[in-house]
Amino acid sequence: MSIDAATVRRIAHLARIAVAEDEVEHLRGEINGILAFVEQLSEVDVDGVEPMSSVTPMAMKKRHDAVTDGGDADAVLRNAPAREGNYFVVPKVVE
Amino acid sequence: MTELTALTIAGARDGLKHKKFSAVELADAHLLAMEKARALNAYVLETPERALAMAKASDARIHKGEPHPLEGIPLAVKDMFATQGVRTTAGSKILGNFVPTYESTVSAHLWRDGAVLLGKVNNDEFAMGSSNETSAFGPVINPWRRKGSNTPLVPGGSSGGSASAVAAHLALGATGTDTGGSIRQPAAFAGIVGMKPTYGRCSRWGIVAFASSLDQAGPFARTVRDTAILMRSMAGHDAKDTTSVDLPVPDYEAAAGQSVKGMRIGIPKEYRVDGMPAEIEKLWEQGAAWLKAAGAELVEVSLPHTKYALPAYYIVAPAEASSNLARYDGVRYGIREQGRDISGMYEKTRAEGFGKEVRRRIMIGTYVLSAGYYDAYYVRAQKIRTLIKRDFEECFAQGIHAMLTPATPSAAFGIGEKGGADPIEMYLNDVFTVTVNMAGLPGLAVPAGLDGQGLPLALQLIGRPFDEETLFALGQVVEDAAGRFTPQRWW
Repeated sequence: MSIDAATVRRIAHLARIAVAEDEVEHLRGEINGILAFVEQLSEVDVDGVEPMSSVTPMAMKKRHDAVTDGGDADAVLRNAPAREGNYFVVPKVVE
Repeated sequence: MTELTALTIAGARDGLKHKKFSAVELADAHLLAMEKARALNAYVLETPERALAMAKASDARIHKGEPHPLEGIPLAVKDMFATQGVRTTAGSKILGNFVPTYESTVSAHLWRDGAVLLGKVNNDEFAMGSSNETSAFGPVINPWRRKGSNTPLVPGGSSGGSASAVAAHLALGATGTDTGGSIRQPAAFAGIVGMKPTYGRCSRWGIVAFASSLDQAGPFARTVRDTAILMRSMAGHDAKDTTSVDLPVPDYEAAAGQSVKGMRIGIPKEYRVDGMPAEIEKLWEQGAAWLKAAGAELVEVSLPHTKYALPAYYIVAPAEASSNLARYDGVRYGIREQGRDISGMYEKTRAEGFGKEVRRRIMIGTYVLSAGYYDAYYVRAQKIRTLIKRDFEECFAQGIHAMLTPATPSAAFGIGEKGGADPIEMYLNDVFTVTVNMAGLPGLAVPAGLDGQGLPLALQLIGRPFDEETLFALGQVVEDAAGRFTPQRWW
């Protein structure tokens, strides 16, 4: 399977990474190189094989549904690039 | 007296206990060595004030006769571990001047046991790399050089700073993380010991996430015994990581030195890859001979899906990375680039903040998870992962205690030598280590010799789940036979 320039732009958009027009061709080549490398997986017979969901067999642990942390807005916001009071500030999302 | 920075952890522990020197003197000696070794670019942040304050507290506890297991031992911490009040970057521009308000569980265990933080060490950006060349802080230099050459070599990656710091005597030990070989490959390139524990042995809480089903923290040190000492402190159950196991932590130090008589060691024939350098082949045979001389039985075994581990990894790891790294969006922490609207802000922040390799892996991951391709790529890779794990399980079920393989397909290479034109060339570094992550097993890299150019080469021991002890016992046999390797100081 190999991808075209439009697919590179679509993936970049899905990944929310700005890609300049002059980078598309180069990226396309690299991604196709990696896809060609993983192509050999198609020769493996995986009929009836369960996909791995947990590498160590373990039962999912549960904990009490109780508050164990929180109430420290200042710690949460300390590294924010933009804040106002106890809020993160982002560009306007609703017109 | 030996230079304080040349001591082992076990030796330093002894000296501190018998008050031959103080923890402050030990920390000071390291801080001075770090200052003189800045050309190696191993540390991205030195924390001298914190180091001296911690060492002072250690001295007070030693004075009271109440030392903890790692009392006064100066360590370096990979910049993937969140350290409270100490800048943590994951080697990326996108985290900016992120200063965590919390401490990772593994590093918290080290401080609980009395260890001293010297500083944060360099790594490939988000641990994505095998040479430490993708770091936003620039490459780390390996303290080893080829005989008669000044060419700067890579220390391996992603934990290149950890490996370089420990090999160059800028710390007695260090933490690392290993997703596809990021502890074992740099340990091999730097001539030191490194362990990737069984998945679930160490808590992942507070470690910057790369590929959550593969990531595992582990120690670096200059001897097998020192690695075991660190491992005992780092391991343990943590309620904050549901994948961390609730099993007792054995006395790993006691395991190093245990007899290996009667153990059955598998030699997987699929690891004899095309074009393997003769020196690596020879080293592998030598390692087998050492184990045999110590009373182990060597058995050829087959792991038929070995060759599919690396391509399957390059689906699973980028897929998980693309999901984990979605959090870097310029809202809650790190840098922000302004855009036309919120989407433009995300796109510009991520284009500006992530380096080339990280952007490429996020895009691959996004593609293999996207509608219409998920089954063909991601589900198939996870099925192959089941087969890779089954290969190991079948060998272990036949009474194999551990496996012996080379750690890397080559010795350290020059900066800029690999992967420039073709990323796969760099990925192939992890061909012997990545299977272990895919199967969630423990792996130990132990230096075993020098190549013709005078560079260290290592062997890898692969163990049964949660049986790190056997690896320490076998590793000690290799170390006793091979000796230890120290680079000549040129910096």
